Amino acid sequence: MILSIYNFTSLTDKFHTYLSAHLSAGIVLATELVLTAILVITFVAVLAMVLIYLERKVAAYMQLRLGPNRVGIYGTGQVVADVLKLVLKEGITPDGADKLMFNLAPYVVLSTCMMALAPIAFGNGLVLWDLNIGVLYITSITSLGVIGILIAGWSSNNKYSMLGAMRSGAQIVSYELSAGLCIISIVVLSGSMQISEIVSSQADGWWIFKGHIPVIIAFVIFIIAATAELNRAPFDLAEAESELTAGFHTEYSGMKFAMFFLAEYINMFVLCALAATLFLGGWMPFHIGNWTAFNNVMDYIPSPLWFFGKTFFIIFIIMWFRWTFPRLRVDQLLDLEWKYLLPISMVNLLAIALMNILGWHF
Amino acid sequence: MTTTVTLSLSKRETTNSKHETKNMTLGNYFGNIYKGLKSLAAGMRLTGLYFVRRGDSLTQEYPNNRGTLKLAERFRGEVVMPHNESNEHRCTGCTACELACPNGSIKILTKFVINEEGKKKKAIDTFVYHLDTCTMCNLCIISCPSDAIIMANNFEHSVFDRTKLLKVLNKPESKIMAGVE
Repeated sequence: MILSIYNFTSLTDKFHTYLSAHLSAGIVLATELVLTAILVITFVAVLAMVLIYLERKVAAYMQLRLGPNRVGIYGTGQVVADVLKLVLKEGITPDGADKLMFNLAPYVVLSTCMMALAPIAFGNGLVLWDLNIGVLYITSITSLGVIGILIAGWSSNNKYSMLGAMRSGAQIVSYELSAGLCIISIVVLSGSMQISEIVSSQADGWWIFKGHIPVIIAFVIFIIAATAELNRAPFDLAEAESELTAGFHTEYSGMKFAMFFLAEYINMFVLCALAATLFLGGWMPFHIGNWTAFNNVMDYIPSPLWFFGKTFFIIFIIMWFRWTFPRLRVDQLLDLEWKYLLPISMVNLLAIALMNILGWHF
Repeated sequence: MTTTVTLSLSKRETTNSKHETKNMTLGNYFGNIYKGLKSLAAGMRLTGLYFVRRGDSLTQEYPNNRGTLKLAERFRGEVVMPHNESNEHRCTGCTACELACPNGSIKILTKFVINEEGKKKKAIDTFVYHLDTCTMCNLCIISCPSDAIIMANNFEHSVFDRTKLLKVLNKPESKIMAGVE
């Protein structure tokens, strides 16, 4: 194993020892936390802009259009212009709204999805907080986001918002079950909830290749459930434009609206990164069993490149869903979860557990 | 008669749905999944093809491609009266278009001319067309018995003075084509 060529642990360690040599322990911790926060906020802002641009381009190409192509090179300046517009816009609070709750909701939504970024490994050693229950942490934090959505819908004093928030709540609560079962199936195979352990368990092949058909089924179900949890089309009943104007963020404008928008895209990134980590090996390069020469060549591609490549591949699939399928009705949505996804993922989990006990995977 | 038809229809529907719920077998269940996945794959295949094949984009980058602009043949830009090389049109002055126009955008002024046989004949003096009030409904073109007027594709009508949109469609000194009654 020469995975250490691009190991970022040494870099962070060096920085830590450098700071410790000059400052006291408390100040070192404070500096590191502030630096991390700045890094995360910058990353989130840049990532959201990239994702919005990608989404608009992908949507345009799939609908035989050209997409943004006037501002900047290939329309890249369009996103900057849109962000500037949102920043300069007035954030109006409606008269009948619950002022405190109304202004609190976007912060709840955005901070929860930023918290979910903490245990994700962006590269070899490039992780903010590698805690031993990383996967559990991510699932529990992402499900906190629905509280923010419910607060937003409730406090807006608007029927559309209320309906949108309620639909969103029902949807997220039900789809979390099958998403959770799919995550558990990988935890069963790798024997750990720690992200770094899950990644290193895929050093001789990603789970989607090692785990045969059950893991492929789990992957498909996880992608469907993740799309539903993100409130994206075809599961965008929470903000169905034709019925509910904009759902829970009907009354929001300016920066507060931008925060919901940002949270939506960051959540998409988090769930796609989780899918990439669990099923496609996270930052782990493409390895085939014990072909040492081939594996060594693959190791020369930096690990963050692998991670972002896989994540953006899954993001592309989710965008592909969005611009292909029509929106489901509420009864169809619940049918799909309770009649199809949940039973199948339960049986699938059993099959994976059996496979793991009998050692039928590579 | 109608009631029996609806009754039998609703009866059939209920029996149908009963039939389906009764037959919700395991094979049915997996058949549903298979059918669903197949139709989803068909949709994704189509959008995937659109995504990869960039050539057939429908967007026209309008101000940049004024020379090579592709418009549909039936695009309704404005009403025009085609004239041939010898300055002749096909309008008999029957005013069918004026009567058909829902908001009075067409006004035809007629005169009497003496033809070769020495007979007095009705002909158009001025065909007045208010482009500013025209809604491009196409009724005048449909109503015209001699196909004298057509819809042109030109759509760049912006002017600073509204009176410039008051147009006379027949050219000066133009005559009716021989043989058009």
